[in-house]
Amino acid sequence: MDKMPAWADAVLVPLISILLAAILSALVILAIGENPVEAFKLMVDGALMRSTGWGYTLYYTTNFIFTGLCVAVAFHAKMFNIGGEGQAMVGGLGVALACLFIPFPHWSVALIVATLAAAAFGAAWAFIPAWLQAKRGSHIVITTIMFNFIAAALLNYVLVNLLRPVGAMEPATAGFPAVTHLPTFQDMFASEGNPLFRGSPANVTFFLAVAACIAFWFLIWRTKLGYEIRAFGHSESAARYAGISPVRITVIAMLISGGLAGMMALNTTMGEAERLVLNATEGAGFIGIAVALMGRSHPVGVFLAALLFGFLYQGGAELALWTSIPRELITVIQALVILFTGALDNMVRMPLEKLFLATRRRSS
Amino acid sequence: MTDTPAIELKGISKAFGPVQANKDISIRVMPGTIHGIIGENGAGKSTLMSILYGFYKADAGEIWVNGSHKDITDSQAAISAGIGMVFQHFKLVQNFTVLENIILGAEDGPMLRPSLARARGVLKQLAEEYELSVDPDELVENLSVGHQQRVEILKALYRQADILILDEPTGVLTPAEADHLFRILDHLRAEGKTVILITHKLREIMEITDTVSVMRRGEMTATVKTAETSPEQLAELMVGRKVLLRVDKTPARPGAVLLDVQNLRHVDDAGVERLKGVSLQLRAGEVLGIAGVAGNGQSELLEVLGGYADATGSVTMKGAPLPLSGAGSDGSARRAAGIGHVPEDRQEEGLIMPYTAWENTVFGYHRDPRYQSGLLMNNALIKQEAQDKMTRYDVRPPNPNLAARNFSGGNQQKIVLAREIERDPDVLLIGQPTRGVDIGAIEFIHQEIIRLRDKGKAILLVSVELDEIFSLSDRIAVMFDGQIMGERMPAETDQTELGLLMAGVTERPEGSLIAAVDASLHEKEAREAGQHD
Repeated sequence: MDKMPAWADAVLVPLISILLAAILSALVILAIGENPVEAFKLMVDGALMRSTGWGYTLYYTTNFIFTGLCVAVAFHAKMFNIGGEGQAMVGGLGVALACLFIPFPHWSVALIVATLAAAAFGAAWAFIPAWLQAKRGSHIVITTIMFNFIAAALLNYVLVNLLRPVGAMEPATAGFPAVTHLPTFQDMFASEGNPLFRGSPANVTFFLAVAACIAFWFLIWRTKLGYEIRAFGHSESAARYAGISPVRITVIAMLISGGLAGMMALNTTMGEAERLVLNATEGAGFIGIAVALMGRSHPVGVFLAALLFGFLYQGGAELALWTSIPRELITVIQALVILFTGALDNMVRMPLEKLFLATRRRSS
Repeated sequence: MTDTPAIELKGISKAFGPVQANKDISIRVMPGTIHGIIGENGAGKSTLMSILYGFYKADAGEIWVNGSHKDITDSQAAISAGIGMVFQHFKLVQNFTVLENIILGAEDGPMLRPSLARARGVLKQLAEEYELSVDPDELVENLSVGHQQRVEILKALYRQADILILDEPTGVLTPAEADHLFRILDHLRAEGKTVILITHKLREIMEITDTVSVMRRGEMTATVKTAETSPEQLAELMVGRKVLLRVDKTPARPGAVLLDVQNLRHVDDAGVERLKGVSLQLRAGEVLGIAGVAGNGQSELLEVLGGYADATGSVTMKGAPLPLSGAGSDGSARRAAGIGHVPEDRQEEGLIMPYTAWENTVFGYHRDPRYQSGLLMNNALIKQEAQDKMTRYDVRPPNPNLAARNFSGGNQQKIVLAREIERDPDVLLIGQPTRGVDIGAIEFIHQEIIRLRDKGKAILLVSVELDEIFSLSDRIAVMFDGQIMGERMPAETDQTELGLLMAGVTERPEGSLIAAVDASLHEKEAREAGQHD
């Protein structure tokens, strides 16, 4: 064994990375003359100490779980899907079409159909880059980035020219029919005497996201498709030897990936806005990359990382609201976390590995 | 001859993490001798030489060169101490000429012309002295592998190396080229140079060295005069127990033709034709050995038959034609047709290195309905069978939960063999079954191959080790440049004849063997260069 134990890799490295990011953020906050301890207190208070805060945190978490899983499944097949953003946008279109044009008897039926529509639209948007990669060797990083732009332009066109209600000034669809409105946490958990999650957007989609994590785990580690995806991700030449078609796996993995990204739109579009607006995704597709990296492409890790970023988003909003710390700085803090957990992973891992080896040698 | 050793290592130790790669190694290499270092893979030979050449720093120990203590911190220090190294994988710039490669890093000044002129003179002299002739103005990419190796040796000599280390130098050479290399080494010895030859081939040690040191598990187990030892004794020193160097087998009783290959052609991604009309027949109950120097189409032949490279021509299995491209031509279709495949490169193809052993024991057969339970895979069953297979094939450690990369080369190969043989295929394709495998495991693997043959299965064996081809095959086909040059029965041929076939020389030449081999190989390079343009 020349490596450190798995728990250290999975737990210690991200924790130290977050700590480093936090320290650096604190320095930045100090530099603009604010008190970092106060700021942190405010973030925790606003995001985690009240049920409404949780309602927002979990709402963001839901987005990041879907986009995180989207990137993670592609990672397992050694592909870098940067197109989660665009796939989620197009997924939103699927949700909107389903909600606007199908008369549903009950929200649960609407949720099922809208889920299928979101996944199908997201998957379809991922299919073209996947096909180009598998058949033509066009690099998926490039094509998926480009497809983000195309998705934004497409959505703009559809909202402005096709789905905008007559007379409306805003590029957005009409509100979805009331029957398609999803139960929020407030609807589910609040009672007369105990007003929980008041006004917060967290909704039933969160449970769908948790279910997606579980399904993801089974898919990747318990099915033959997952076996093939991982095998292909580790070694394409070995996959070919075993009769695993690179074209098939590339396409299927990307379809699943795009489908997961598309499902994120359920949360934003159906769960929160209850209509499709421009830029409903708000960069969650890109946060998914950091979430997948930090979560080691494992559903438990993705869940925890999504929770962290949910906290950062909500806490950051609180900061912007109550302090003179500018919004841009909150983006800086989020970027620092991404930088340390995603890009600078080895900076923490390598010294830690050495430390482990040194202690082991001393004890042996 | 003086009493001062050209190289003396005193108590060299080196650990990588918890792995002790070299343990207190002391060795004296006398000037003007060829000193062999033999040992299994992972015995620590390469680590030791890397320390001597300044790539690694030893944890403990001293290096003495010609009687003085040297602190060799990098390869520059090694070169200035007069040590030259010829690596297994050459370090040449492909689109530079021979001359440009020679002076690379040893230029005399900012302008190239004087350096090139001086090198040309030195090269001419070296070529005469040591039979090291290479065209100085030829691009390296147009040279055969043997000639590229000469350039590496010339590079070292140009830097005035008195001590030359060669790491597994014959791995990529035809037998005739290897013989020529040994003649070069002979000349070097005669001129008073010191040569350290690292190899795992006993025959080479016996043939050329004066003294041989044996390494096992990071330790130097013995240093003996070559004249006073035998291959059997060396093998025992390497492995630590008695080994059978010969394979016990009865004559084959070939049955019906199982696999019939006709006029197989394959063009690779770069547009080069790698198989140029290969035809062969494989019968039940026989081992057909494909001999040849690496890179003459054997790999492509296995890939096509194994179902992961397209080809034209015809292949029938028990009379039924197999598709060679498109639907039904992939690896799973081949496995369904009863063709097992132990690929040449177990790390890149045969195994998924981060997968556990048990996951690897179904690799390629993972779609078998047996291994499914509903939507999920039946991991419990796979694990249980894996445990079984690992015990039966003596995989060590017999722990199915360990990742494949944590096993030694020999044990990795046993996992692949167990997987393929246990499926009871009618035809088994085996590529380089013992590459990077320790002698102890070689013995076992060879016995398994013969046992399968005796069960009436057909085995297509591809190996670049001529000894292996000879000891296992019932029939030998020689491949050169994408073609079968001829078939021979092992009893009716010898290394020289096969060696010539491996270089594309079909008739025994009247004059010098190496000249004929060189001419043929040169022709091949020229053909390939033409194909690229």
